[in-house]
Amino acid sequence: MKTKSPEILLDEKALNKTLDAMAEAIAKELGGEPSLVLIGIRTRGVFLAQRLQEKIKKMTKKSPPIGTLDITLYRDDFSTLAKHPIVRPSSLPFDVEDKKVVLVDDVLYTGRTIRAALDQIVDFGRPALVKLAALVDRGWREYPIQADYVGLKLTTKANQTVQVRLAEIDGEEKVILVELPNNHS
Amino acid sequence: MKFNHKHLLGLETLTREEIELVLENAAGFKEIFTRSIKKVPTLRGKTVVNLFYENSTRTRTSFEIAAKRLSADVINFSISTSSVAKGESLLDTVHTIESLGADFIVMRHSCPGAPLLLARKCRAAVINAGDGPHEHPTQGLLDAYTIKEKKGRFEGLKVVILGDITHSRVARSNIWALTKLGAKITVAGPNTLLPKPFEKLGVRLCSNLQEAIKDADVINILRIQMERQRANLFPSIREYTLLYGLTEERLKWAKKDVLIMHPGPINRGVEISQPVADGEHSVILEQVTNGVAVRMAVLYLLSGGEENE
Repeated sequence: MKTKSPEILLDEKALNKTLDAMAEAIAKELGGEPSLVLIGIRTRGVFLAQRLQEKIKKMTKKSPPIGTLDITLYRDDFSTLAKHPIVRPSSLPFDVEDKKVVLVDDVLYTGRTIRAALDQIVDFGRPALVKLAALVDRGWREYPIQADYVGLKLTTKANQTVQVRLAEIDGEEKVILVELPNNHS
Repeated sequence: MKFNHKHLLGLETLTREEIELVLENAAGFKEIFTRSIKKVPTLRGKTVVNLFYENSTRTRTSFEIAAKRLSADVINFSISTSSVAKGESLLDTVHTIESLGADFIVMRHSCPGAPLLLARKCRAAVINAGDGPHEHPTQGLLDAYTIKEKKGRFEGLKVVILGDITHSRVARSNIWALTKLGAKITVAGPNTLLPKPFEKLGVRLCSNLQEAIKDADVINILRIQMERQRANLFPSIREYTLLYGLTEERLKWAKKDVLIMHPGPINRGVEISQPVADGEHSVILEQVTNGVAVRMAVLYLLSGGEENE
């Protein structure tokens, strides 16, 4: 099956600029808050949270702490999964109680991941508020969930998928739109 | 990597990669114990039945906690008070349990292969929690996990299993797992309790304690199982302790950073002295904690998934 070559949505420079804008928006709203924390969703959300942390630190001289969530055990599709993803530890090196949380993910799609993440955060404690930062919003929501900070908003087709590629694990920096063959399952 | 089994009957049939997959997942589950709410919703609506034909406190409790932390419902089917005491056969009991809606059956039985029989006859996922002297896979996995956590590797590690090897399912499951992972195994104890055929698995047999534990990285001490001693395989408990009981003095023969493990229950002053059991090398209580994480990983990997076998 032939696949169309992927379209580059953001190159390295544009990706960095987009994150700058997101960090600025977060800093503007919550930068002065001592209770601000960033929680990245594994895997790429964690790296994005680290970058936002650095940028927010430059802007406000304050470095919000970072936590990591692995939402695997909170997924709603276990009975249908033939292959279970490996469960990785979550780590919130702070008490979630009364924190102002910015949840960070790479691509916002059905909203199911965010639903799982919200359920999980509540198991750690009761935050004062939770906001959502997504590098790309590609539409197709199945739950009533919206992001507060969006880097790039897109209208995508059903057979398209957005891939965020980061130096830390992919060895390159870009966001691409990949077209899947129509009979792809 | 996919865990391609519907049941967990033993470690003999698992590949190295599958064993590593369980250990890798277990680390993720262990983190849950540090949360204020030590529970995840993963197995909500599933039912785990503990079916123990032999006495057990720690294994049954460990499976119960593991299942509950995954939000499954747990039923302990107690044999002494059930219809089994009235003469019901194993398969009739199991079909009854299945009809009550069990998704997992955790089974301990004195007869080797009983869980295999069960696995062939029922739809539920069967987990062997010890079948006679045959296997105790989750104990083997939690021992491997504990070694990995403490030593960070298996390759080249010298692991000694000390005690009644012949009657031990823990020894067998440990050997299957640890040899696949690359450790070198010595089994030690009185000659009458060391099965010769184990040499074919690449295991060293040694009846001299000093020789056996020289330079050991790990010593896994087994309980002398009085309930399984039918013939007189050694003269007395006192003599066993004199020759094979692990004391502080003897521990010096091993490596300085040796790990002391024991699957429990401990007979203090018999196979292990008080100071060794409670000493700085002992990870006996950590094994118990890790047991819950490993059993959560096993339940997780065996759950759902239409394609699974």
